[in-house]
Amino acid sequence: MSEIVFDNVWKEYGDQIVLEKITLTIAPRSFVALVGPSGCGKTTFLKLLLGDEAPTSGTITMDGVPLIAEPGPDRGVVFQRYSVFPHLTVLGNVLLGAEMARPLTARLFGAARRRAVEAARALIGEVGLSGAEDKYPAQLSGGMQQRLALAQALIMRPKVLLLDEPFGALDPGIRAEIHVLMKQLWHETALTVVMVTHDMREAFTLGSRVIAFERPRDRPEERERYGALLSRDINIWPPRIAGEASIFDPDRDDPVMPLGSGRDDLAPMQGAKP
Amino acid sequence: MRWINTKPGPGVQLALMLAPFVLLVIAYGMGSAARLADNPADKLLPALASLTDAINRMAFTPDVRTGEYLLLTDTLASLSRLSWALAIATVIALVVGMVIGMLPYMRALLAPFVATVCMVPPLALLPVLFIVLGLGETAKITLIVIGLAPPMIRELALRVGELPREQLIKAQTLGGSSWQIALRVVLPQTLPRLLTALRLQLGSAWLFLIAAEAISADAGLDYRIFLVRRYLAMDVIFPYVAWITLLAVIMNFALDRLRIAVFPWSNLERQG
Repeated sequence: MSEIVFDNVWKEYGDQIVLEKITLTIAPRSFVALVGPSGCGKTTFLKLLLGDEAPTSGTITMDGVPLIAEPGPDRGVVFQRYSVFPHLTVLGNVLLGAEMARPLTARLFGAARRRAVEAARALIGEVGLSGAEDKYPAQLSGGMQQRLALAQALIMRPKVLLLDEPFGALDPGIRAEIHVLMKQLWHETALTVVMVTHDMREAFTLGSRVIAFERPRDRPEERERYGALLSRDINIWPPRIAGEASIFDPDRDDPVMPLGSGRDDLAPMQGAKP
Repeated sequence: MRWINTKPGPGVQLALMLAPFVLLVIAYGMGSAARLADNPADKLLPALASLTDAINRMAFTPDVRTGEYLLLTDTLASLSRLSWALAIATVIALVVGMVIGMLPYMRALLAPFVATVCMVPPLALLPVLFIVLGLGETAKITLIVIGLAPPMIRELALRVGELPREQLIKAQTLGGSSWQIALRVVLPQTLPRLLTALRLQLGSAWLFLIAAEAISADAGLDYRIFLVRRYLAMDVIFPYVAWITLLAVIMNFALDRLRIAVFPWSNLERQG
């Protein structure tokens, strides 16, 4: 499910080459963090994945099927800003994805609406926004808006979640809290996550794989003719695997080992009588 | 303390707000008294007494010939023209503005045309309208619509274009089609801006109404002004101008209140 393959992808804007010969396979359920200096094509890479831009040459496939150059419900996205709709309440924002199922009115009524509201409320609770259902985004803090944006994207059950510096504008305390949530969501939801970030620490605390972009030739006269390449591709060690506990230094919110040396709380043995 | 940092308290604010109005009335009274002292038959700046007398005659006494209250008849005639025109212009502006703002093909087709039509002075078309559409209500309403719709279309298309691209992408990732995005994302965010655009166009709406009624009408606030102008009846004209101003101010205020009541989020954003 949702294996993404970039095969020799180039992206040019007019004469300017932005990305060069990107060949890359993103495994299902990995958490890829894209890092690199400003203007090195991280966001362009994300736009290619999103379908907002088409590659100039090369192909991008998801599960062997070429990606359509248009955003769709299989790929969710959270931007740094403007991800949520200012005219809808928290509940309305999360509900909108479900309501798009109706082609003509884009609204749900009756029992279908009640079911959707129930699902939306559950998700709002999961991202920690219970009680704020009737507030408008302008009444929420930056961190809460990003939580809302996550819930809004996740209600579509996308195969891939794309994050464009989603936590860059948050202060460190709030950012740490939302990192916990992000990890939890990644472990519990069938998601591949691709995140652009400026924050190395964030990349290494969240990612299962960190990919660095770099322009090897960055003198002014070279900038037009050479684009950015993948310069580093690091798999985090010990490996982080979605939904699986790690015996090495597990985080508080990672899945826990049912048994063994990783536990110190004397969990009852399986099958043992209480 | 620097001037830019000094702020009036609530009482002072109220006094300051009222001061220009009071000054205007005082200046008028003094001018009127001075002229009437020179010439008791002066008609240019009638005394406050004759103004109230005229208001009483126009608003609260039935007309001897028709038995109607003239101010009421005139107000209803003018407001009905104005509201028809505003309604039509608003619908046109909303539909065309959204289409131009959202669809690149329609933008290429219509945006330059609308920008050009915007530059046509509507009053210069007035004779054409009266000849083609006759002297009835159609020509007057059409004039106002022609005057209002193009600038409102441009304003709305601009506002729609200003919606962050992120929002449109997000809506697509939620599975929205063009129609659904127009209905659930663009339209609700455009409506409060439409009300603001309408508010800003109220001044020109009254201007076009005056022009149309001045030339041909049998009732209407501006028709009355241009009728009694022949007798230099300033005692009627001044109250009528004040009444028109008051109506415009009320409409302006009501439209803004309506926006805040129906779209509470549009005010939250501004504060945020």
